[in-house]
Amino acid sequence: MTIEISPGIALGIAIEDREAPPRIDNQDPAIFGQTPWQTVGPFFHYGLPWKGGADLVGKSDMGARTDLFGEEHYLLNLSSPTGTPEGEVIEIAGQVFDAKGVPILDAMIEIWQANAAGRYASVEDRRETVPIDPHFIGFGRASVDQDGFYRFRTIRPGRVPGPGNTLQAPHLAVSVFGRGIIKRLATRLYFADGDGNDEDPVLTAVPADRRNTLVANRRDGGRWWFDIRLQGDAETVFFAV
Amino acid sequence: MIAYSPDEAGLSPSLHPDYRSSVDRSPRQPLIAIPPTLTETTGPSAWDRLMVGPSGIDLTAQHPGVPQGQRIIVSGRVLDDRARPVANTVIEIWQANAAGRYIHSADTWDAPLDPNFTGAGRVVTDADGRYSYVTIRPGAYPWGNHKNAWRPAHIHLSLLGPAFATRLVTQMYFPDDPLVEIDPIANAIPMPARQRMVGRFDNKSTKPAWALGYLFDIVLKGRDETPFEDDDHDH
Repeated sequence: MTIEISPGIALGIAIEDREAPPRIDNQDPAIFGQTPWQTVGPFFHYGLPWKGGADLVGKSDMGARTDLFGEEHYLLNLSSPTGTPEGEVIEIAGQVFDAKGVPILDAMIEIWQANAAGRYASVEDRRETVPIDPHFIGFGRASVDQDGFYRFRTIRPGRVPGPGNTLQAPHLAVSVFGRGIIKRLATRLYFADGDGNDEDPVLTAVPADRRNTLVANRRDGGRWWFDIRLQGDAETVFFAV
Repeated sequence: MIAYSPDEAGLSPSLHPDYRSSVDRSPRQPLIAIPPTLTETTGPSAWDRLMVGPSGIDLTAQHPGVPQGQRIIVSGRVLDDRARPVANTVIEIWQANAAGRYIHSADTWDAPLDPNFTGAGRVVTDADGRYSYVTIRPGAYPWGNHKNAWRPAHIHLSLLGPAFATRLVTQMYFPDDPLVEIDPIANAIPMPARQRMVGRFDNKSTKPAWALGYLFDIVLKGRDETPFEDDDHDH
């Protein structure tokens, strides 16, 4: 006779081989599917940003907030630039605003972009005719600072193909994270003077009166300014990707 | 043209009013669907090579002494939503210490800091999508969402996956933690999908007289090889 001492555990199994009975949990095949999103919370600064993460040209420690934790905990990595990438060096900056227009002080921004020639540093971009820049990764991450400003130094990207025979205008893919943001908000940054903004297959899929939320403007001939508004009037356009 | 699965409908809402800070930090306009382009189907293949330093797969070995708390081994696989392994992908990890305290200066409750525990690390999956890291089981901690609010014990996990479209940040919870059932952040995710974030205690990966084992698989959006209508325009 088999005596069940608990569901799934029979006395016929050696005691060291007994497993706790299965539950509805991560390992349950009946609920297999995409892992849900959860917020990064307010304490991501020692886990995600790295020193130099916001400097894609690669000469500084922009992007990290090492003021928020002790030096003995600097397990963060430091970018190790291999050289200077080709192209026009630009700076991008802005703030992330909540529904009340208040800048968020615990947000984080990521960017993903092509190099100056319009090629992604990705094994999935197989266009041999467009050169890879060995000094340009195209991915960056920045915490906002104590006043809520984020800042990147990068290269102005070239144009990359869109669906069919279309050509996309120069753009950066932008992800917004933060306390209170359950799921990454994906948007794009275009340049006010970008070639092909009028025919870009993504920008033209956006209602005309909201397109300006995706367009960065140059301030005083310097930085490209790109504020992100999570809600309210002039709410930034976010994409399902 | 390749593309990735859409987000599972209703899985991860941006607004969950019980999680109060989501109210003013979530968009009210619907997300706009866009055609997949190279921008979304590519991702940084080499970004981790930019960074130097320890890979950090043992969060209990980053300081001269041994941290306080229950040593655990968390292992599992990174898969896509068709159960195919995602190889050579980075998982970034951060968490509170055994007392539920982060080293972060914005964490000011009076639980003790542990001089031997930072609580951050990185691990890379192998060819079968497998990973494993050693850490301390984090403690629960209070937060300001509502009166007497406590976060369940959790480990933060961040993955880029192969493409911009596959980005994921999530939290791993522990079995037998009743706080999961009443936590507004975990409860933003409807049942039963919420339980995908609850790891399983595992006897086989438990090391005798050393550490308890927990299993936790992470499932990213999968790649869809079906040709898109747009491809025909080239012919």
